[in-house]
Amino acid sequence: MKRAGFSNRWLPILFLIPQLAIIFIFFYWPAAHAIRSSFYLQDPFGFGETFVGLKNYTAMFNSAAYLRSAWFTVIFTVIVTFLSLSIALLLAVKADKVIRGAKTYRTLLMWVYAVAPPVAGVIGLILFDQSWGPIKDFVALFGWDFRLGVDYFDTAFAMVTISVWKQLPVNFIFFLSGLQAIPKSVREAALIDNRSASGRFWDVTFPLLAPTGFFLLIINITYSLFDTFGVIDTVVKGEPGNNPMTLVYKVYVDGFRGNDLGGSSAQSVILMILVLALTIFQFRMVERRIHYT
Amino acid sequence: MSVSKRFRWSAVLDHSILIIGSLIMILPVVMLLQMASTTDIHTMKNGPGLIFGDQLPVNFEKAMFKADGFTGANTGVRMLYNSMILGFGFAIGKIVIGMMAAYAIVYFRLRFATLAFWVIFTTLLLPLEVRILPSYEIVQRLGMLNTYQGLIIPLIASATATFFFRQFFRSIPEELVEAARIDGAGPIKFFVDILVPLSRTMIAAMFIIMFVYGWNQYLWPTMITTEEGMFTLVRGIKQITQTLEGTNLPEYGRSNLLAIIAILPPVLIVIFFQSWFVKGLTESDK
Repeated sequence: MKRAGFSNRWLPILFLIPQLAIIFIFFYWPAAHAIRSSFYLQDPFGFGETFVGLKNYTAMFNSAAYLRSAWFTVIFTVIVTFLSLSIALLLAVKADKVIRGAKTYRTLLMWVYAVAPPVAGVIGLILFDQSWGPIKDFVALFGWDFRLGVDYFDTAFAMVTISVWKQLPVNFIFFLSGLQAIPKSVREAALIDNRSASGRFWDVTFPLLAPTGFFLLIINITYSLFDTFGVIDTVVKGEPGNNPMTLVYKVYVDGFRGNDLGGSSAQSVILMILVLALTIFQFRMVERRIHYT
Repeated sequence: MSVSKRFRWSAVLDHSILIIGSLIMILPVVMLLQMASTTDIHTMKNGPGLIFGDQLPVNFEKAMFKADGFTGANTGVRMLYNSMILGFGFAIGKIVIGMMAAYAIVYFRLRFATLAFWVIFTTLLLPLEVRILPSYEIVQRLGMLNTYQGLIIPLIASATATFFFRQFFRSIPEELVEAARIDGAGPIKFFVDILVPLSRTMIAAMFIIMFVYGWNQYLWPTMITTEEGMFTLVRGIKQITQTLEGTNLPEYGRSNLLAIIAILPPVLIVIFFQSWFVKGLTESDK
């Protein structure tokens, strides 16, 4: 710590207590509880529990439903992340370029940030409605008989579309502020060196945006894993059945509806490890990034 | 001549892309509004259309004051009130607690400062979603189901605001504390009279981000509130889609207006305080 600051003894502790108390009760305790429960089998009616070692984990990795959901989560995350990043980048580059109406475009493209995921899900239900949904009608022109909630692929398609729509604004805002942070002198130098606009973009702008892009990559992966819960829950109308679901949704369904606390906790622990790995990876990359910028 | 012409064509392309993007963002909500302006029978037969009807006031009345379910407590007004409490409670709670903790970490010589730092910042690693069930059990054990504190406090248990204010406090020149101390200001006076006013913009930026985040919570409120009188708007959306399923004549007008009311406050805040919002988002790095 670089600060000289104050040397009062009790005051800082007093200031830290609210934060620490909340964290211990609502973060460390539940996290520890989840890890512990993942090694136990709970009686569904609440009469005690028995230690089963790694059985919850082996059962999980042998369950076809879990593996299916894991694969869906991976594919879903990759597609949502890729689409929302690339579309947002295109829009941000254009919004950075235009002079007239720049502010209006910016507002129109960012306000969806404030729309809650389940509300986006409700909008999706209407757009893909079985009898008159506009997107369903549109794809029917190409002979696609769209069946939301019935066909696995169609439902997954709707989930991806809605999730990308909801995530575009965040990426747009970050890319735009990243673009605006590029010094004017660099742009002018690039303009002299390289006459083609796309050449300038790939050789100069894109590498300069890489740190923003990398940061957003992590944000988007976390978004696809966790924040899409509301989208998925509304699209399947709370009845997952055979529909696609992400791992987080499965934790909720198995634990909260199915009352399989041990199994659900084991799933939580796997997710915790996944997020930890992602974060450590992010910190590593951020450290490295400091060296070359 | 040819250069200027080519330039113009590329501008047309740029604007077309931006206009298409903007339309994709805005049309779905216009569609909600259109459906809310016609009668439910019309919507049920034709779906969303281009012509606006005159049913907005009728549907608004239903959205705000009609309730369904057993207790009849989940009127739009009630849900709006609950959402406000969640949004404000979460944002204010998080900022106050975060600022206090950040102040203690940055401005005091603490023996266990490094330990406190790590204990607090580990919480950045795991979102609430991965420890959702044990959190539910603990809230249940503490008797906080269906209460505002049960709704708000567990959501505060992550250090985003603390981290944000720590970064900001560290960017304030050290001479300021020295000067304040020479002038005889104690730690509390320094905090209240100097640091808080200095952080005004940061507080505003953080408030917007946190308000939107709290208002839009879905999973946690779904688990923690079972009494209809405690539903927030975003949590009530589930009920809306379920009533659409079961009935002969789905109430599209009412449900779509409720959806619009659910997005209106955070959207207005984001639009009107845009520069603070962007600052809070890009500088907090989440």
